[in-house]
Amino acid sequence: MSSTQHEWPLWEVFIRSRQGLGHKHAGSLHAADAEMAIQNARDVYTRRQEGVSIWVVPADAIAASSPDDKEVMFDPANDKVYRHPTFYKLPDEVNNM
Amino acid sequence: MSPVEMNLEARFDAYVAEEKKIEPKDWMPDAYRKTLIRQISQHAHSEIVGMLPEGNWISRAPSLKRKAILLAKVQDEAGHGLYLYSAAETLGVTREQMLDDLHTGKAKYSSIFNYPTLTWADMGAVGWLVDGAAIMNQVPLCKCSYGPYARAMVRVCKEESFHQRQGFQVMLNLAQGTPEQKAMAQDALNRWWWPSLMMFGPNDSDSPHSAQSMKWNIKRFSNDELRQRFVDMTVPQAELLGLTIPDSDLRWNEERGHYDFGEIQWEEFYNVIKGNGPCNKERLAARVKAHEDGAWVREAANAYAQKQQAKKTNATTHAA
Ligand SMILES: [Fe+2]
Ligand SMILES: [Fe+2]
Repeated sequence: MSSTQHEWPLWEVFIRSRQGLGHKHAGSLHAADAEMAIQNARDVYTRRQEGVSIWVVPADAIAASSPDDKEVMFDPANDKVYRHPTFYKLPDEVNNM
Repeated sequence: MSPVEMNLEARFDAYVAEEKKIEPKDWMPDAYRKTLIRQISQHAHSEIVGMLPEGNWISRAPSLKRKAILLAKVQDEAGHGLYLYSAAETLGVTREQMLDDLHTGKAKYSSIFNYPTLTWADMGAVGWLVDGAAIMNQVPLCKCSYGPYARAMVRVCKEESFHQRQGFQVMLNLAQGTPEQKAMAQDALNRWWWPSLMMFGPNDSDSPHSAQSMKWNIKRFSNDELRQRFVDMTVPQAELLGLTIPDSDLRWNEERGHYDFGEIQWEEFYNVIKGNGPCNKERLAARVKAHEDGAWVREAANAYAQKQQAKKTNATTHAA
């Protein structure tokens, strides 16, 4: 089978909903190249002005943390309550600090 | 099942019971994955095949405004299909596989789309009743336990309400029009009412997989509960239109606080599912043809992408 018969690669789509906000994951789609992925993302994910800017990333280019490592990765932060402002009990006079 | 797997499954069940979401890379029971792949891909197929009965009227819409509205609605349904195919792909099935299953008849889609759209009033009845029933089914799915499915459904539901409202408006215009137009609206209601009630699936007593789906928080309400809600919501709307729902058993039940309605003809439902509805063959043939006619476009786009890639690689090697 020639490679042209394979399905188009998968792209992850990120959309900035308005100026001042970060790009947020919207979903994914198939396209032959980046240009087409942006065009398709416009039609699939922004039919109602949901965005002012689009990023597309080849799905296989994304490196992700593994769910199995969730505890190793994120639990150590759990007992560091002193990282939160509420940890510090201060006199009422400085309550707005 | 090994003790480790039993432990994982117990943790999964507890997690889902706490209304938490499952994401693609999380551990999940095989049966949960399979159920979702089946349900989400069938849902996607329904959106895509669902474009056909309405697509039938785009070129014959009675005004430019109606044509633009219908085009936008049909385009939305394409979008819904695409959100859902991508959600299903996060579970490890490929798009090619899903399309193949649709085209070979292995996969099912909602049987409502195997009915023909005979008059313009059908565009009203489909939006009002078919999209209305779909909304009833889909709103609870926004809270389903599988993250990508739930997120896709939030997008879908946001877009559906325009679909139902434009349909109701078509019905309203016809119902307030000439006697011929009103008769056309009544005829559409007559033909679409029962198939719409069938969209909620078999009665609870004949729906064997429902309990497991409920436990997994994929399904929130039973088929009969959702159907009853749909009837309760729709009867007053039909009254407002001045149209008659084709069911002589339909009446308000003071005691239950719900409308009673007649027995659904389930033989018809199963017959359509089996492939013997008025349009099954036509619908599938149209999808297969669209896919085959598009083959050269997919190939050309791939060839172009490869050529561009090669040019880029060449340029960098020469520059280096
Ligand atoms: Fe839809
Ligand atoms: Fe719709």
